[in-house]
Amino acid sequence: MSITVRVPAQLRPLTGGAGEVTVEGSTVGEALKSLDADHAGFAERIFDDEGGLRRFVNVFLADEDVRFLEGLATPVTDGQTLSIVPAVAGG
Amino acid sequence: MDFVTGLRCRECGRAYPAEALHVCDYCFGPLEVTYDYEAVAATMTRERVAAGPRSIWRYADLLPVHDPAPVDLGAGFTPLVRADRLAAELGLGELWIKDDTANPTGSFKDRVVSVALTKARQLGFKIAACASTGNLANSVAAHAARAGMESVVLIPHDLETAKITMTSVYGGTVIAVDGSYDDVNRLCAELTSEQPTWAFVNVNVRTYYAEGSKTLAFEVGEQLGWQAPDHVVVPIGSGSQLTKVAKGFEELWKVGLLDEEPHVRISGAQAAGCSPVATAFAEGTDAIRPVKPDTIAKSLAIGNPADGWYALDAIRTSGGSCASVTDAEVLEGIRLLARTEGIFAETAGGVTIATLAKLAAEGVVRSDERVVALVTGHGLKTVEALTGSVGPTTTIAPTLEAFDDALAEIDHPGGTSSARSPR
Repeated sequence: MSITVRVPAQLRPLTGGAGEVTVEGSTVGEALKSLDADHAGFAERIFDDEGGLRRFVNVFLADEDVRFLEGLATPVTDGQTLSIVPAVAGG
Repeated sequence: MDFVTGLRCRECGRAYPAEALHVCDYCFGPLEVTYDYEAVAATMTRERVAAGPRSIWRYADLLPVHDPAPVDLGAGFTPLVRADRLAAELGLGELWIKDDTANPTGSFKDRVVSVALTKARQLGFKIAACASTGNLANSVAAHAARAGMESVVLIPHDLETAKITMTSVYGGTVIAVDGSYDDVNRLCAELTSEQPTWAFVNVNVRTYYAEGSKTLAFEVGEQLGWQAPDHVVVPIGSGSQLTKVAKGFEELWKVGLLDEEPHVRISGAQAAGCSPVATAFAEGTDAIRPVKPDTIAKSLAIGNPADGWYALDAIRTSGGSCASVTDAEVLEGIRLLARTEGIFAETAGGVTIATLAKLAAEGVVRSDERVVALVTGHGLKTVEALTGSVGPTTTIAPTLEAFDDALAEIDHPGGTSSARSPR
């Protein structure tokens, strides 16, 4: 599966400045691991010590928070977009 | 000059300069402003505060930006009202309402926006933007107009009519998004990477913005004669306000403005239709599960509260509590406050008062405590919520007879009109 990953400004130094990159994988977790394989440094920035997402890292698949889906195990389909977004809120 | 020493990540502790940064580059943790408290303590006296403007800027020494002409509509220094009639209804002793409905655009958001746009202007931003559940939208549009800045405000499409009107009237760009607040927030968080020259006050200027909420604690302390209360009840949307109120009381002590060390219990108030923090508190866990909000308290309808963990931590370490109330209880809370104290709050204020009532009934908020409840927005913003539950007592023909009949019907203590009173 070919997945587009939208990268926030804070992590663009890892992608040579690119805001979007393409990775392979059949789940959200696989796609993010493949992102780290292609652009070293992503894993330590977005995963905690237990291998889950850091608590201030939000990941959205097709604009839905993956925590409302199956988290890192959520299946992805070809051409979908994954967004990594720092958690900020306040109405 | 200000007394800021820099920014520090609340998660991993990395230090950053006081620039246009909002999350830790390494772990995405939120950044916190740090101050030289010794220098503040040497400068900031009760007399200096008292001689300052009747606004949040009287506490400028503990704010993250200094500007002799801040972006200011007069936010803050709102009334702290002794609420004896409400206290009697709830079985409480000394109760105070911090009436933040009195702010320029009718909510506490004027505090944070005045700070955020003053700092944004200093950092060179020309466009003010935000993701908002309504109150922030009102405030950003108004303060941007005041400062001569352009504004771009993003809101969920289904906000209350008054909040949309009160934002649009200032002439900025208002973009209604077909989605929830959490969708709008996600969109804005992504937009900050694409529009780095825009000051999204609650995203990329958030570190400074959030500091404005400390002024709620500063004012309560000053208005109580430089004493801290025993217990404060605070509504929770993102959780930011609650953590900053806690920080505010600590700072007053740190810089020597209080006589006694504060031990303020802080309790959180949420609507049952959006209560991720209250749920985590009840379950005794740190894991805050995001929810899809469904409540009339739209200004608190944040299903994924970014500062939820810190709010939970502040509640637990202070010995406070956290509870949630139904929409029916929210409406009753609004009416109770209006009926007993003459203050008309928006739905978020109804959440605070209903939660206060619940915690008082449970004995969590006690009658021997000096209690402050934060009422953070004006009822005119959310009048639709009361449609059907309040209205004219009766409707009559314009005659004395109809008037007397109506008064008899509703058994009014004023009796009938004097012209036709029986002798």
